[in-house]
Amino acid sequence: MDSRYLNVFLEEASEHIENLNSNLLNLEKTPSHEVVEEIFRSAHTLKGMAGTMGFNKISELTHEMENLLHEIRSGNFPVTGSVVDVLLECVDLIQKMIDKISIEGNEGQVEINAVIDKLRRLLEGERGLPSKQSSGEVEESFNEFELRIMEEALKKGLKIWEILVKLNDDCLLKSARAFLVFKALENLGEIIKTKPHVQDIEDEKFENEFYIYLVTSKSEKEIMGAVNSVSEIKSVTVKEIKISAGINKIGESESSISKQSTPAPDKINDKNKVKNTTKTLRVDIERLDNLMNLVSELIIIKTRLEEQDKSPEHAQRRREALEYLARITSSLHDAVMKVRMVPIENVFNRFPRVVRDLSKELKKQVNLIIEGAETELDRSIIDEIGDPLIHLVRNAMDHGIETPEERVKKGKPKEGTLKLKAYHDGNNVVIEVSDDGCGVDLEKVLEKAQKLNLVDKTQGKKLKENEILNFLFESGFSTKEKVTDISGRGVGLDVVKTKIESLGGSVEIKTRKNEGTTFLIRLPLTLAIIQALMVELGKEKYAIPLNSIKEIVILQKEELKKVQNNEVILLRGNVVPVLRLHDILDISTDESGEETFTVVIVKKGDKEVGLIVDNLLGEQEIVIKSLGNFLKNIKFIAGATILGNGQVALILDVNALI
Amino acid sequence: MEEIRQFVVFKLGQEEYAVDIMHVNTIERMMPITRVPKAPDYVEGVINLRGEIIPVIDLKKRFGLASGEVTADTRIIIVMLDDLTVGMIVDSATEVVQLPQDSIEPPPSVAGNISSDFLEGVGKIGDRLLIILNLEKIMRPGEAETRAAM
Repeated sequence: MDSRYLNVFLEEASEHIENLNSNLLNLEKTPSHEVVEEIFRSAHTLKGMAGTMGFNKISELTHEMENLLHEIRSGNFPVTGSVVDVLLECVDLIQKMIDKISIEGNEGQVEINAVIDKLRRLLEGERGLPSKQSSGEVEESFNEFELRIMEEALKKGLKIWEILVKLNDDCLLKSARAFLVFKALENLGEIIKTKPHVQDIEDEKFENEFYIYLVTSKSEKEIMGAVNSVSEIKSVTVKEIKISAGINKIGESESSISKQSTPAPDKINDKNKVKNTTKTLRVDIERLDNLMNLVSELIIIKTRLEEQDKSPEHAQRRREALEYLARITSSLHDAVMKVRMVPIENVFNRFPRVVRDLSKELKKQVNLIIEGAETELDRSIIDEIGDPLIHLVRNAMDHGIETPEERVKKGKPKEGTLKLKAYHDGNNVVIEVSDDGCGVDLEKVLEKAQKLNLVDKTQGKKLKENEILNFLFESGFSTKEKVTDISGRGVGLDVVKTKIESLGGSVEIKTRKNEGTTFLIRLPLTLAIIQALMVELGKEKYAIPLNSIKEIVILQKEELKKVQNNEVILLRGNVVPVLRLHDILDISTDESGEETFTVVIVKKGDKEVGLIVDNLLGEQEIVIKSLGNFLKNIKFIAGATILGNGQVALILDVNALI
Repeated sequence: MEEIRQFVVFKLGQEEYAVDIMHVNTIERMMPITRVPKAPDYVEGVINLRGEIIPVIDLKKRFGLASGEVTADTRIIIVMLDDLTVGMIVDSATEVVQLPQDSIEPPPSVAGNISSDFLEGVGKIGDRLLIILNLEKIMRPGEAETRAAM
């Protein structure tokens, strides 16, 4: 199969799955005609796509979903929690198969019959028809014409049989086999109806089984024999249909049931208009990267031009040209960045589902509030941030929010609140995950930290709140006694932290006992171009990202103090440790008798560290480039950039230094 | 049918080495190299190759030989192996030769003071001996070294 189509299929399928998920949740909360329409459309498109790609299980499953949705759409079927449950289950299975396809190229051994059964049972149950088990009753509704034939047949002493024919799973020419079965049965009597419709069977629009309703004087045995004479038949079930006046009654009661249960679709909700799926342009990320590289080159050229702007001739004109170039590059930069920006909605959208499932599982009542979903972030960050967020949400639901009983006891509303909030803050995007649960028990955390030998008893008492909270990010740390499926296995927060730091961000916890916990994730807007301070160390040049610099101070030599062999400085009354970058980066220095030294104060969260450098070279816009796979694990270095003169300068990884 | 392979021949000291041309991207003159602190000692640093950052290793140091001086002949051979691109500093790059696959013999256990781990084999052209490099071992130090440690 052409992998190009496969990729498009996978991408579109995940979009539809996302749509289905969020719309199904909408449907549960506020059923409306539009939502059903939207769900139906997604399921239908999925079915078509899967069909063309030859993923039969998906198309079969979506087909069954469609049947149910069709009933809902036409108002014959009320939307209940269990309906949504089953539909969500279907969506999960489809997701599973899509995942399999993306890895293995086929749908794998996903079991779909159970859920299809559930769908069918729902439909049948609602139609007011008896379930399959009670044999001899009419399962299928017949139209008036068919009923008349049947009645007449019965009068003549003929019998009506329902024949369920199952073909072998590997049967190739299904419609041909079906045709042979028809032929065989037509010799015995009259076929009054088939399910699916004859036309569909001829077009092979059926799975491996079909029903035939036969009017005949022959016995069950003869029918079986006739069908079994056709090869590639897996099984035949023959059942006599006892027709009575009851059929009509069933038909009537059916309509009366549906009348009662049909919600008036228009009245329910007009406000909750389904959001149109945003029109997006699919752009290959590689092409975008390429565009980004071009812009990077432009910026490098700009810097080079700036450096050459020294001769007095034409200085004015050159400056103007430069300014123009600067303007173009920055707007080009913005434009390209915007192409890469995706609203965080794409990530947040999966949370209503996660929260719904978890609250059922944990038997907690949780209200999810999402704010700032329109906040935009670089695509590469969006792709990575989902897992850490899911983790934090699970944590909040498992550890944070209490059970309804506990909450009532504490005088809180029964329903807990979980809030996901995103907003811009300077050059950062902040994502908050907060709950109004029980908060982090600092004493318990400290106790556990001591047990794990992360800190000894006497030191422990001196620790500040945020220092204790930081233990939560140690690997293997969990205060929950009970290990649950959801969280508490001790793998978690450390992974979250590592992930976010690898994206150039940071995590912070704020907590108040019995009032709740907030996780603050700070992420850079983009990973590609940053403002940096260029510094000189010996003969080497390094870049320090500007957003991690707090200030720069020039101090006299005697202001450098020693505390327990660590060098520190006093900055407005605060003790700030200092690091000699020369030593850390193995740069030889000539300890000349300079009287002053320059300290760049960098920060990470609340922590500050001073870095001693030789010279400041000024601020510059730099393009971050990776050192490549060969050198990917170099400590203290976050990447490299190309300077105006074509030389490479390394970017310091401030997070690793602190 | 005989398989003919092409190799780029270069020199380290007096010995002639060869690397499969399929892995060679370009051959560059010496250029300014930015040192990378905390990198393994044979990593000379990184260069800017037309907008891309490429790590450069000193092949002599990689083999545990004394590193030589940079001369006008010194070259950086940019080699690519799957997802890795690395520049190798060599004393000079001389020519491209063709060798039939069956004229390549497995490496002797010690070839010119270099661990045979780094070598794919030895190719013969007349009375010349070309030491053919195993780039996999040279460019994926982690795996090679851990295996050596085992």
